[in-house]
Amino acid sequence: MIDVAIIGTGVCGAAVARELSKYRDLQIVCLEKDTDVANGTSKANSGIVHAGYDPKPGTLMAKYNVKGNAMIRQLAKDLDIPYRQNGSLVVAFDDEDMKTVQALYQRGLENGVPDLSVIDAQEVRRLEPNINPDIKGALYAKSAGVISPWELAIAQMEVAVQNGVEVRLETEVTGISLCGDHFEVTVKTNQGTEVLETKFVVNAAGVHSEEVCSYISKPNFHIVPNKGQYYLLDKTQGALVERVIFQCPSKVGKGVLVSPTAHGNLIVGPDAVDVDNAEDVSTTAQQLAFVRNTAARTCNKINYRESIRNFAGVRAQGTVDEFIVGTVPETDRFINIANIKSPGLTSSPAIAVDVVSMMGEAGLPLKEKDDYVKTRQIVRFRELDEAGKQRIIEKDPRYGRVICRCETITEGEIVAAIHAPIGARTVDGVKRRCNAGMGRCQGGFCSPRVLDIICRETGLKPEEIRKDKAGSNILIGQTPKGQDKASV
Amino acid sequence: MLTYDLVVIGGGPAGLAAAYSAYENGVKNILIIERDDVTGGILNQCIHNGFGLHYFKEELTGPEYAQRFEDMVKGTTVEVMTQTMVLGITPQKQIYAVNSQKGYLTIGAKAIVLSMGCRERTRGAIAIPGDRPAGVFTAGTAQRYLNMEGYMVGKRVVILGSGDIGLIMARRMTLEGAKVLAVVEIMPYSNGLNRNIVQCLNDYDIPLYLSHTVTNIKGQGRLEEITVSEVDENRTPIPGTEMKFDCDTLLLSVGLIPENELTKSAGIQIDPRSNGAVVYDDMQTSVEGVFACGNVLHVHDLVDFVTAESMKAGKFAARYVLEQYQHSGETTAVKQGDCVSYTVPQQIDLQAGEETTDVFFRVNRVIKGGTITLTAEDGTVLLSRKKAHLLPAEMEKINLKKDLLKGHETVTLSVNC
Repeated sequence: MIDVAIIGTGVCGAAVARELSKYRDLQIVCLEKDTDVANGTSKANSGIVHAGYDPKPGTLMAKYNVKGNAMIRQLAKDLDIPYRQNGSLVVAFDDEDMKTVQALYQRGLENGVPDLSVIDAQEVRRLEPNINPDIKGALYAKSAGVISPWELAIAQMEVAVQNGVEVRLETEVTGISLCGDHFEVTVKTNQGTEVLETKFVVNAAGVHSEEVCSYISKPNFHIVPNKGQYYLLDKTQGALVERVIFQCPSKVGKGVLVSPTAHGNLIVGPDAVDVDNAEDVSTTAQQLAFVRNTAARTCNKINYRESIRNFAGVRAQGTVDEFIVGTVPETDRFINIANIKSPGLTSSPAIAVDVVSMMGEAGLPLKEKDDYVKTRQIVRFRELDEAGKQRIIEKDPRYGRVICRCETITEGEIVAAIHAPIGARTVDGVKRRCNAGMGRCQGGFCSPRVLDIICRETGLKPEEIRKDKAGSNILIGQTPKGQDKASV
Repeated sequence: MLTYDLVVIGGGPAGLAAAYSAYENGVKNILIIERDDVTGGILNQCIHNGFGLHYFKEELTGPEYAQRFEDMVKGTTVEVMTQTMVLGITPQKQIYAVNSQKGYLTIGAKAIVLSMGCRERTRGAIAIPGDRPAGVFTAGTAQRYLNMEGYMVGKRVVILGSGDIGLIMARRMTLEGAKVLAVVEIMPYSNGLNRNIVQCLNDYDIPLYLSHTVTNIKGQGRLEEITVSEVDENRTPIPGTEMKFDCDTLLLSVGLIPENELTKSAGIQIDPRSNGAVVYDDMQTSVEGVFACGNVLHVHDLVDFVTAESMKAGKFAARYVLEQYQHSGETTAVKQGDCVSYTVPQQIDLQAGEETTDVFFRVNRVIKGGTITLTAEDGTVLLSRKKAHLLPAEMEKINLKKDLLKGHETVTLSVNC
């Protein structure tokens, strides 16, 4: 019998898994329908650690945002992931906006946001010389930051796995039934269907959380997937702004931001459009133009010729303007983490703490481990100094072979990503773990080499290697001459 | 610290020719640093023929062309360090590099030749909307899989961009049994050499859609369908002209970008028009003793021209090492005028270098019956030459006598059209 089944391995599922892995004698299993962890909303968002002035006071969103913001600082250190507390500005273009800025400031104070101030136009221009000069002022939140969102999830999952949690990829939950003191969770894999017995269920299924909830209880929320599209620009544009620059929020969200990413690129976006299909992450010319035009109000110096990628993410947004975190009327052993839109990424570590204590109250024995390892480290070759580079190459010569030339990622790092606690099996999985292929050539040069290394390290055949999702195989087979070469 | 008279960064056709030429011109202590397992650069995957017609007066494949230069270099004292990545260079001509055998290397050089080549523009750079399935490749990446690894990337193919690599890949995929449904070009003219249009498309009945572009990509795992639309004169898609192609592969041949990240790290001045370093007619950059040649300087059509340019860079790099010559200060800047997108070189030293120099340039539109004109600051025409056809896809050159430029700080090269 499983103790806790966590459905979904996005940033919330990963945070709960990590939090639970501190306790002994528990069998914890994470169920993920996709080919990799953190492959939905958690990998495709702005990557902002929000300060917490946006949510209405008294809401779970306000509580978890401010608490999560404070937790992430230490967590990013423990997990060794890219994070920078660079602060954020909400800029006002007119007097009406200044009223909003003042209101956000008051709300921030009520929510307990530290280091918050309203600054005048001159100060904004001093802090951010590249944004448009025709502004009235801004809300400055020093506690805001940027983080690598998928690495936050992957690294937490790795910590969970190294502390005994099991992750099952390509395992889709198709039904759950409550059978007295336990649940029967039906899962579909490429081996067929299987029924798992578990005492607790955590529903962290993101855009699919309503469906997962409905197996057990009539959902008290309704998810309307909401898509946001982005531009990601070369690192040449990454220093255009120092902080996260928001425009004043409106009903449809926090609006189009311009920000450096934790990796040093520039991100511009998102728009916000409701979509029927939660898996629809396509971009459109019209909405990308909307993003560019809206961002131009903040900064008209963005050189889109330096764009390296467009992407879209789908927010698990609900009709209610609040997170759903808690049990269902039918049982206190099924816990929903639903409606997790922005500031979900920031809130996730704080949500996880509460979810675990809810399970404790419902009878899950929480006995702390003596040997819990809360940290994980990875080698980032390009960040090492000269002596560090020399040492690591002496130890393992594979660190002396640069595979991804744009991001200076070595064979050693790629091999480590493949043999990590949740090893990369796809080309994009390697990219998300060690940045190979994240640069300006977008894997044009390194993807054949990465594919080759995955084959060598895993024994998979080249035609079995996928770019990312199910069915995303890169190669369709050998050429006749290629077969000759292989047989030689 | 290792020291060399000359360090050549990049062992493709440009680097090999520059090193060989420098050796022939008297410098013996030369190192080529190559990041790949072998030298030869992109020629290794260009297994089609058509290389060498100008330089060797015979038709070679890419690997054969590379082999010629590898053999020439083998007979010299030039050292080659493969699987070695240069991480940075300084204006003082120190080079930082890594490899598995020696670890972190600091290399000093009296002169440096930059010959790092170029990379392909990607889907992200041109913001093609839609899903992001597998099956969208730059043409060069697909070429590598096919010609080096022996793997097919797909069966039903559309190619966006009529650059030479795209055209070559249309033929190559067809020969390997794939169906190439269309080559789509946003401009009203092809960006490839005419011989490639004839030999790679016409001979295989592959349609070329000019003034069209890809406006949507569909597919969850693998590419399933693309939408192609006609564009107006501003390159904006025209609603109602959409065509759908049921395909599993989209190859992009939408331009090449010189790889100048190292160049920029050394503080060398870049020409935003060519995307390469600003150079004098001796191929020297704004940093003394650092030379540039090949596709890192500007994108060439033919490797033969890369070779010629790189031989020149090697020759002057050797002269710099042996004589420490400096620029005279008497220079003429060449600016691009009407219908010209860039020139190389951008600076001509009237004292140093040779008595005449070639100026390479590209036109930015198809021109029938144009006149290439060089004018002085006051509008005086210094030189004019008629030409029946000028195409953006074909690099043009004019040879200038330096005497002609005396007393002019700036001259403008234009084509009336």
